[in-house]
Amino acid sequence: MIVMDEIKKSCVATLWFIFLTFPIAVIKIDSINNTVKWRWLNMVYIGVGSFFLSMLWRYMIKKKEMGGQKEKKKKEAGFFYKISQNRKIFIPLCVLLGVFTILFPHIFSMYQTTIMISALIYVMLGLGLNIVVGLAGLLDLGYVAFFALGAYLYALLNMHYGVSFWVALPLGGMLAALFGLVLGYPVLKLRGDYLAIVTLGFGEIIRIISQNWDAVTFGPSGIANIPPPPFFGVKLSLQATSTYIFYIIVVLVIFTIFIINRLKDSRIGRAWVALKDDEIACQSMGIDKGKTKLTAFALGATWAGMAGVVFAAKTTFINPASFTIWESIIILCIVVLGGMGSIAGVISGALLLILLPEYLRAFAQYRMLAFASVLILMMIFRPNGMIENVRKIYKFKQ
Amino acid sequence: MKPILEVKNLTMNFGGLKAIDNLDLFIDKGEIVALIGPNGAGKTTFFNCITGIYKPTDGDVNITRPDKEHNGKTQRINGLNPYIVTRKGLARTFQNIRLFSSMSVLENVMIGCHPVTKTGVLGAILRGKSTRAEEKFIAEKSYSILKKIGLEMYVNELAVNLPYGAQRRLEIARAMATDPFLLLLDEPAAGMNPKETQRLHDLILKIRDEEGISILLIEHDMKLVMSLSERIYVVDYGKKIGEGLPEDIRNNPVVIKAYLGEEVEINA
Repeated sequence: MIVMDEIKKSCVATLWFIFLTFPIAVIKIDSINNTVKWRWLNMVYIGVGSFFLSMLWRYMIKKKEMGGQKEKKKKEAGFFYKISQNRKIFIPLCVLLGVFTILFPHIFSMYQTTIMISALIYVMLGLGLNIVVGLAGLLDLGYVAFFALGAYLYALLNMHYGVSFWVALPLGGMLAALFGLVLGYPVLKLRGDYLAIVTLGFGEIIRIISQNWDAVTFGPSGIANIPPPPFFGVKLSLQATSTYIFYIIVVLVIFTIFIINRLKDSRIGRAWVALKDDEIACQSMGIDKGKTKLTAFALGATWAGMAGVVFAAKTTFINPASFTIWESIIILCIVVLGGMGSIAGVISGALLLILLPEYLRAFAQYRMLAFASVLILMMIFRPNGMIENVRKIYKFKQ
Repeated sequence: MKPILEVKNLTMNFGGLKAIDNLDLFIDKGEIVALIGPNGAGKTTFFNCITGIYKPTDGDVNITRPDKEHNGKTQRINGLNPYIVTRKGLARTFQNIRLFSSMSVLENVMIGCHPVTKTGVLGAILRGKSTRAEEKFIAEKSYSILKKIGLEMYVNELAVNLPYGAQRRLEIARAMATDPFLLLLDEPAAGMNPKETQRLHDLILKIRDEEGISILLIEHDMKLVMSLSERIYVVDYGKKIGEGLPEDIRNNPVVIKAYLGEEVEINA
């Protein structure tokens, strides 16, 4: 009886889909011969396809509900945590990952290395935004502005004063942190949607300034010939440069992970999470709301600024088109898809969202479709992200 | 000896509404005082005014911290930010439970240790000796508070997964971690069964006797209020309509009227 019911439901869904896609998939008007072509075969494909998909869909939903009853969820959440706690597995795993990373530019082509560099830049951006969104719960839709600041800082300082990459890197971080405070201060009292709108505006302001202030930023034509990071005065080949930048970004990512991991399990990190959970209770526990928010904004922005400097050095050319709202949204997707607050989650989210489109270039037209489906599916089946954030577990002798 | 909390002529207006109207109140060191009144009388608003969530329209809220460092010095605290009020030693719980839902029970209490610790961003990143010592101190202090309150078996449980009564007690534990001299409890027994209420009764007495923390509580459970408190204030429509010992309040006609309504003679 239940099976019949399921089939009936799927049949209804199938009919509905056939009806919806009928005008675009079946009817084709040949405007030269003034005839209508009926592609009935398409209808069959859509019918069979949607029937199976809807069956699969319902099966998955059922399975998820069953899983919820058995509290299977709890075990899954602990999987990565368990690995990271078990030193016998974790240390060899890290060594393996390290060796692979060191060999990566030598095994794979320069193309692969370049893609990996941009993926790692996004890892850094994701980790930075993770502080603001994932830990402190402040929805920031203008995060790319800090990225742009870092990139422009390096490009301009280098052009006018010949400042080297290594000086620009910390400067970029500091400038972004400063702007994080500048943005954070007026929005201290805002939360949720209101904060999102203001940060969105901030992101656009920075982009529009960079687009229109021709005298300084060279407008839409951008800044070219940004030098790659210097390597002890030796001129590197194109291939060697990308390998070099690859190592730099790897070190920076490790540095980011290290620092964010420490912040997460500290007094500051706890204050951020408390702020996210309940602002009023948080203040009543003696936490200075303003200061806590500002540190989150500033520390989050720092990584974007540094990532921006690396980005400028890697592409050797920047223009405002690289810093649109779309980038902010991708970074936010990385954090949400990967798992809010979870470092491992954000890293895998960044790799998935940046590498997959690169390798699926052939299907570039369907990119948005795939993107949307992944996000929707995830919201249904893993609402807390791919790798859920697990808070530290404390042990006491009884 | 001066009272540790002294409220004079406190008034809070919301537009045309006088939520609190010229309220006076004081608490001496080591007292358990109750604030009662019908629903909507302004009790929670009073708490919010004292703890800085609202800025009172008029009046004074003065504290005299009983510890040795601040002995005898009276400070005016109305209009200060909530976090500063907490740091001065007034901790509170909430009528509608406001625990940090994504954190464990222990971490909830650890947050309470925020005002008595001081690791900054740099300290957290470097995680030097003093930071590690402080983290250990926070964790151990929180655990010992949980033990006192009787919640140690839930240490790593998520706060939201606790039974209702335990959540209420966790709020008290969290407030105690801030090292207060006065604990403001907003309907701590709401939603508890008689057994849990009895346990809460013992707990509040224990906090006062062993920790020396004075207590101001808002409560609707009259049995608890009468057996626990040493003095009672009654408010209605933001005005104080009675104060005194539990026996006096029980027999006060004005209070009975506020709670039960007036006797009307029906002329048939």
